[in-house]
Amino acid sequence: MSTKDTTVPGAADNDARSDTTQYVTVVIGGQLFGLPIHKVHDVFVPESMTRVPLSAPEIAGVLNLRGRIVTAINMRRRLGVPPREGKSGIMAVGIEYRGESYGLIIDEVGEVLTLENAGREANPANLDRRWAEISGGVHRLSGQLMVILDVERVLGRMLDQIAA
Amino acid sequence: MDDLLREFLTETNESLDVVDVELVKFEQEPNNARILDNIFRLVHTIKGTCGFLGLPRLEALAHAAETLMGKFREGAPVNSDAVSLILQTIDRIKGILAELEALEGDEPKGEDTDLIAQLEAMSMAGEAAKAEGKKAKDSKAAKKKAAEEAPVEIVVPPTLDRELRPGEVSLEELERAFRETEPEVHVTPAAQVVAEITAAAAAESAATGVPQQGIDLARVAAEIEARMNKQPSKSDKTDKTAALDEKDGEGDAKGDGKGSVSSQSIRVNVETLEHLMTMVSELVLTRNQLLEIVRRHEDSEFKVPLQRLSNVTAELQEGVMKTRMQPIGNAWQKLPRIVRDLAQELGKQIELDMIGAETELDRQVLELIKDPLTHMVRNSADHGLEKPEDRKKSGKTEKGTIRLSAYHEGGHIIIEIADDGRGLNVDKIKSKVIENGLASEAELEKMAEGQIFKYIFAPGFSTAAAVTSVSGRGVGMDVVRTNIELIGGSIDLKSTAGKGTTVTIKIPLTLAIVSTLIVESAGDRFAIPQLSVVELVRVQTNSEHRIERIKDTPVLRLRNKLLPLVPLARLLGIQEDREGKSEDDGFIVVMQVGNVTFGVVVDGVFHTEEIVVKPMSKMLRDITMFSGNTILGDGSVIMIIDPNGVAGAIGTAIAADLNEKTDGDKVRGGDDQAKVSMLLFRAGSPEPKAVPLSLVTRLEEFDIDKIEHSNGRDLVQYRGSLMPLVYLNHGVQRRMEGTQPMLVFSDAGRSMGLVVDEIVDIVEEKLDIEVGSDMQGVLGSAVIKGKATEIIDIGHFLPLAFEDWFTRKEISSAALTRSLLFIDDSPFFRNMLGPVLKAAGFDVTTCASATEAMRRLGEGERFDVIVSDIEMPGVNGFELAEMLRRDARFKTTPIIALSALCTPASIERGRQSGFDDYVAKFDRPGLIAALKEVTSPELGIAA
Repeated sequence: MSTKDTTVPGAADNDARSDTTQYVTVVIGGQLFGLPIHKVHDVFVPESMTRVPLSAPEIAGVLNLRGRIVTAINMRRRLGVPPREGKSGIMAVGIEYRGESYGLIIDEVGEVLTLENAGREANPANLDRRWAEISGGVHRLSGQLMVILDVERVLGRMLDQIAA
Repeated sequence: MDDLLREFLTETNESLDVVDVELVKFEQEPNNARILDNIFRLVHTIKGTCGFLGLPRLEALAHAAETLMGKFREGAPVNSDAVSLILQTIDRIKGILAELEALEGDEPKGEDTDLIAQLEAMSMAGEAAKAEGKKAKDSKAAKKKAAEEAPVEIVVPPTLDRELRPGEVSLEELERAFRETEPEVHVTPAAQVVAEITAAAAAESAATGVPQQGIDLARVAAEIEARMNKQPSKSDKTDKTAALDEKDGEGDAKGDGKGSVSSQSIRVNVETLEHLMTMVSELVLTRNQLLEIVRRHEDSEFKVPLQRLSNVTAELQEGVMKTRMQPIGNAWQKLPRIVRDLAQELGKQIELDMIGAETELDRQVLELIKDPLTHMVRNSADHGLEKPEDRKKSGKTEKGTIRLSAYHEGGHIIIEIADDGRGLNVDKIKSKVIENGLASEAELEKMAEGQIFKYIFAPGFSTAAAVTSVSGRGVGMDVVRTNIELIGGSIDLKSTAGKGTTVTIKIPLTLAIVSTLIVESAGDRFAIPQLSVVELVRVQTNSEHRIERIKDTPVLRLRNKLLPLVPLARLLGIQEDREGKSEDDGFIVVMQVGNVTFGVVVDGVFHTEEIVVKPMSKMLRDITMFSGNTILGDGSVIMIIDPNGVAGAIGTAIAADLNEKTDGDKVRGGDDQAKVSMLLFRAGSPEPKAVPLSLVTRLEEFDIDKIEHSNGRDLVQYRGSLMPLVYLNHGVQRRMEGTQPMLVFSDAGRSMGLVVDEIVDIVEEKLDIEVGSDMQGVLGSAVIKGKATEIIDIGHFLPLAFEDWFTRKEISSAALTRSLLFIDDSPFFRNMLGPVLKAAGFDVTTCASATEAMRRLGEGERFDVIVSDIEMPGVNGFELAEMLRRDARFKTTPIIALSALCTPASIERGRQSGFDDYVAKFDRPGLIAALKEVTSPELGIAA
């Protein structure tokens, strides 16, 4: 936690003042994603989720997280990844967006990585449209690629669709 | 925008509202010095604060107005022109304030010389009227000075006389002066008190004719007050509120005794309250969890303290809830001014009576009803009340009255807006309704006045002959209704020609805490606000209340009314496969939204719970079925059903219609014994026709293509048998497409469809046939809903469907006692012949196989006659007959064989097996004849 960015390091924002960004890594459908650390409020195990009838398919439900009602987003469905098989425990990353709490349901949480901003590459042109929409770029790590998950776009796009 | 300015804006706006009200009062009682003092004080404070904050434009305006009022205090005559002018000035000030807020603190550019000139002229005139030359100079000087170098007089200490005023002091110096004096005043409230006393004394002296001195003192006092409000806000919050409090208290004591409703209070940011509310909710939840844990441990030492915590929490919750409550008078504050302006504009005399201004309700609700209320008061003034001369003609006082009253009733607040005007013009509304195509003339004919009045709530409806600047744009009442209904309220209207109109609004006390009914549907729990729940009905397939269907649409007969039903699960699209669980078993939550009543079918009902509504996430806000969500005592999140959304989804325009006419209140009340429920319909002619509802089994609508033509008559397949259709008369339109409505009459297994043009309504009326009829099929005419209505003689139509309907009926009491066992392995024949046998007057039991029949018989069931198929898997008909004949118990029971195979050999085989008769399967008359033959001797014996 050495340097904390004052600007938005993810996504289209290219003028990040510091040279590195810390990412919380998560795995969704076998793919490694990174969320800018200052976006992540907490990591929790979702319990007793209440499904919301008539909601968008990506919405897994709502749940009570320490007295706040959190809207849970099924990230697998959001990314068009087939649902998980078996009954392994699920995890959620708690984020705030436009004054409301959301929980992104993911498969598992990994370590926190500090990465050079210079190492970030733009989305490959042939990336799945649904992924490109919410990806803020790609980092090449040793052995695997980490897609930067742009929280604004993940939720903003969903809200736009509702508004439309 | 800095805190100071924000504070100034809220405060000034409030003060201006009070000035509005006070000025209207003052106009009526120009000699009431107390009111004038109050106004003067408020305007003065505004002026002083403006000067302090460096808002010259505002200050100049306020000053000019103040000068004019100063003249009033000195005895200048008060006329409505002058008051109008001051009100105009107040409006201008409000306008500038609004811009100021929008511009984040920059005073908007602009000139107010027009108004100021008028105000000055008026002051001069007042001066002239007073003919006191010495004062003219003063006011002039004051005006001039105010326009240019406003804040001057602020620093003048009370002891200084007027000659020192022209001494100019820069704003910087002024600020410094304030800073210096501030702590002194701050720590010693005495200084403030002194200032107040001097101010009060000044006011007195002003009244007694030493005005100059008085004004100065009052100003100084006001400045000190103003400064006290501002200054500490930067340093110490608590002090600020204390100062405010004191100031308010002082205002109360000094001002009008009955006081403005906002006195005795402190100003707290709404967000702070909301946050507090949330935290208390959390506390409640945590407490509930603790209680749950302790419940599991019997002798816990936590029990007693926890009980205490529980009580404290409950009280805390109640207290915080109270902070959100505001007197409804806050929403009424602007009305006196509006009414006054209207009265002037329209040339009417209007008195506004306000009763129950102290009635409290949630501030959120308050905000939402402000505009509807204003609109309705405008309406009353514009449309309701007559001009003085017209009032005189109709023997009323020249002054019309609009009475606003509010009071609590149950969990609701009732607000009434009543006027003693001319009442609604039914004919005008009628012609407008027809013009707008909302209803046909014929439909209107049948409506009671009350129903017709309700059309004024229809979108785009206005009866004002000409569009006035006041109302008549036709965007009013429907918006009012929508707004009211949005917050779970309802609106009702009564009007008597010549006597006036009363609009009654019923709204919930609060939106934040809702008492809800927790229900279960498809495994999930949902909360339904109690406010819209009328009653709960348990339904079971075999119980008195059961779900019936009209073409897949479930309905419930509830006290002679058809209630449209919708399963919650279907509504929410969460239908699950309901194995072993009939959709017809469950609970019906009867809900009323506005005038629409409907039933929501749920699987289970748990309990009621007071819940704190939390808004839905933006992500979910598009779902109209939910109004919010909340966390229950057990920590789980639950969705709150929005009754308006559900009503909208059901979209039963017909249901709305029906209920509109039967007046929603009746749903709650018991049924009047003297009245009969009548089904109103139309057939062949526009005149309404009616039958007692109790005779009608069902109301159906069949798709035209379901109507079949056979054997010279129209038939529909209905519940497994054919139902003949009878057209009520030749005028009944045979539709080419869509659906054909009909009344179904069923009796002893037979059904007949009486085809009509349109089912209109169900009404409860005394059935009193006044004029008899010679026409066949009509009993006579009666007055229903104020219209002559033909009462249809169902007895005439039943034989048209089945010639023997009544002859059969005569023997049916005997026939019905004969039980018949019908055995056939083919469901088709069981379904086809079962009703036929039933129609023939038998109590039919069907069995799908011989073995099933044997089991039933073996168990002791007895039948008067047995009809059996021959070709059946397993045990066939012959074997069955043989077996039965060997048994002494069935030796004499007639058995009839029914077979598709009708050869002489098989008939012979049947006789040998012991069958009394052998009938071909398709020979229904033969079967009936055979049954008659085998049962009639017995009947003879029995008789």
